[in-house]
Amino acid sequence: MIEARALIKRFGTLTAVDGVSLRAADGCVTGLLGPNGAGKSTTLRILYTVLTPDGGEAWIDGASVLAQPLEARRRMGVLPHGAGVYPNLTARENIEYFGALHGLPRTARRARAAELIARLEMEPFADRPAKGFSQGERVKTALARALVHQPRNVLLDEPTNGLDVMAVRTLRRLLGELRDEGHCILFSSHVMQEVAALCDDVIVIAGGRVVVQAGPDELKARAGTASLEEAFVRLIDPDGAGGGP
Amino acid sequence: MKSIWRVLRKELRETLRDRRSLFTTLIIGPLLMPALIGTVIFMAIRHSGAASTGPITLTVAHAERAPRLLDFLRQYQVRVRPVNADRARARRLVERQQGPLLYVPREFGTRLAAGKPAPLRLYADESDRSVQGKVERLSTLIGLYGGTIARLRLVARGLDPQLLVPIALHPIDTSTPQSRAALTLGMLSYAIVFTMLMSGLYIAIDTTAGERERGSLEPLLTVPVEREHLVYGKMLAACVMMFVSLVLTVAAFAVTLRHIGLARLGMSANFGPGVAAGIVLGCLPLIPAGAALMTLVASYTRSYREAQTYVGLVLLVPTLPLIFASILGLQPRAALMAVPSLSQHFIIMSLLRGEPLPSGYVVISAGVSLALGAVLVYLAGRLYRRERLLG
Repeated sequence: MIEARALIKRFGTLTAVDGVSLRAADGCVTGLLGPNGAGKSTTLRILYTVLTPDGGEAWIDGASVLAQPLEARRRMGVLPHGAGVYPNLTARENIEYFGALHGLPRTARRARAAELIARLEMEPFADRPAKGFSQGERVKTALARALVHQPRNVLLDEPTNGLDVMAVRTLRRLLGELRDEGHCILFSSHVMQEVAALCDDVIVIAGGRVVVQAGPDELKARAGTASLEEAFVRLIDPDGAGGGP
Repeated sequence: MKSIWRVLRKELRETLRDRRSLFTTLIIGPLLMPALIGTVIFMAIRHSGAASTGPITLTVAHAERAPRLLDFLRQYQVRVRPVNADRARARRLVERQQGPLLYVPREFGTRLAAGKPAPLRLYADESDRSVQGKVERLSTLIGLYGGTIARLRLVARGLDPQLLVPIALHPIDTSTPQSRAALTLGMLSYAIVFTMLMSGLYIAIDTTAGERERGSLEPLLTVPVEREHLVYGKMLAACVMMFVSLVLTVAAFAVTLRHIGLARLGMSANFGPGVAAGIVLGCLPLIPAGAALMTLVASYTRSYREAQTYVGLVLLVPTLPLIFASILGLQPRAALMAVPSLSQHFIIMSLLRGEPLPSGYVVISAGVSLALGAVLVYLAGRLYRRERLLG
């Protein structure tokens, strides 16, 4: 379970995250939805301990990201934006390296890497150097790397960016499976269909604040529309200043 | 500790796979530099040696006008090559060919017979160092010939030739082959220190700028490992590469310089395994400081390219003391042994000359270098805690 309370993050004069509180439950896919620059990535980066908030607090399964960052990191797998891998290592070695850094013994990380390679359908490129990987192959490698230590919580920053339809389907299926296994999944996106297809719970963020947290159906009901997209637009821009039908 | 070891292993594995950086690290630096410097030293020795002792070829225009002088010169290993040329052609000949040309004017014989200064023209391009030496030797020889004639003239007039020598100045050259070779040796220690630092460059840059640019820094920071340990592992990998390169460089120098007249350069005749090991040990304490310095500098840059530029400049910093040392002719002193890189230079020089430094000096050198390394390593470790590292 991931919890955040009143997170604040400033970059100079800009307040990127302005009092975000949220809760992502186990056995649930929670979507962090918002337009570009809404503060989604910054919120996630605070949660995965790369940024320190200027205010507020967050916990991963009860481990404070501020007071016990190592504990918190142990309990989550992270797919950051961009998903960089080591070009001179193969996909398998990339995964095993992170297994090693998570403290898995050699046999365990080998087995785990093999399992993830099968599960993510990575066999064709698993033993090639990552140098020439396509975006999809890179994201799969990074995803396997994030899951190598079987984390209870999984954080993904715009995971479907640059992926083709087939890769997106694999990813969706995997996230669904992880949810069914009881994992807590928090991912950010600005793509409505993504969120509609996957999420049990949606957190809409705009201007560094949480506008609403609700299920997709409740969201539609609240905005008084039949389509989630329309609901989203009305929620982040209640005056309709952005135009529309 | 385990995670430091794991990071170290992964960094080395990656470096070993990157052919291009491996080529620069282990081939260009450690093998090419010694070969290059060896060649330069070899040429320098041959050149200077040839000018001072070997035979000289002297082109002479109108050799028939000064047969006795040329006979005299021939006794001193001067090969006379007569040519037909007037003054203008003589000048052109010198411009075209190497080596000096002696032009004997028409009045040479008559003036000599009349007891008046007899003119000779020696054409030479003195911008060529080897020609310079030859001209000096020829001047001395011709002066010697003139002195003999002068003495004979005095004797013929019943005067003591010693009258012409009111003062007997004896210049005594106190320079040893060692001191004359100081500059060449300075080049050698410069090459050793520089290649050593170069070899750590790739990993040092990769630790921050490289990881950031390819987007692997953020995932790396989400593993449950103290961030300092990640940096320590990377810097340790850089140190390993620097050590390997140091050993290779010194070994390559030992092999190259063995085939060159070492005694002429004032190096201990035996650049054997003992001296080589001494050099490696003397440079070893500088390695952590170098790795940490490059890591620190690279972390302040925004991209890999920028990092390469700045770290390349920083590589010059440790070489500055060496330049000062050779310009100012610095000698080892306790205070100077506290200057990292300069002290390594002194250690290398003393080992090559076979004049060991006081052991206290070596302790100062190692102590200060290691202490500086410890401070820089600590700072680099702290750096990984900064958010701004993410760029």
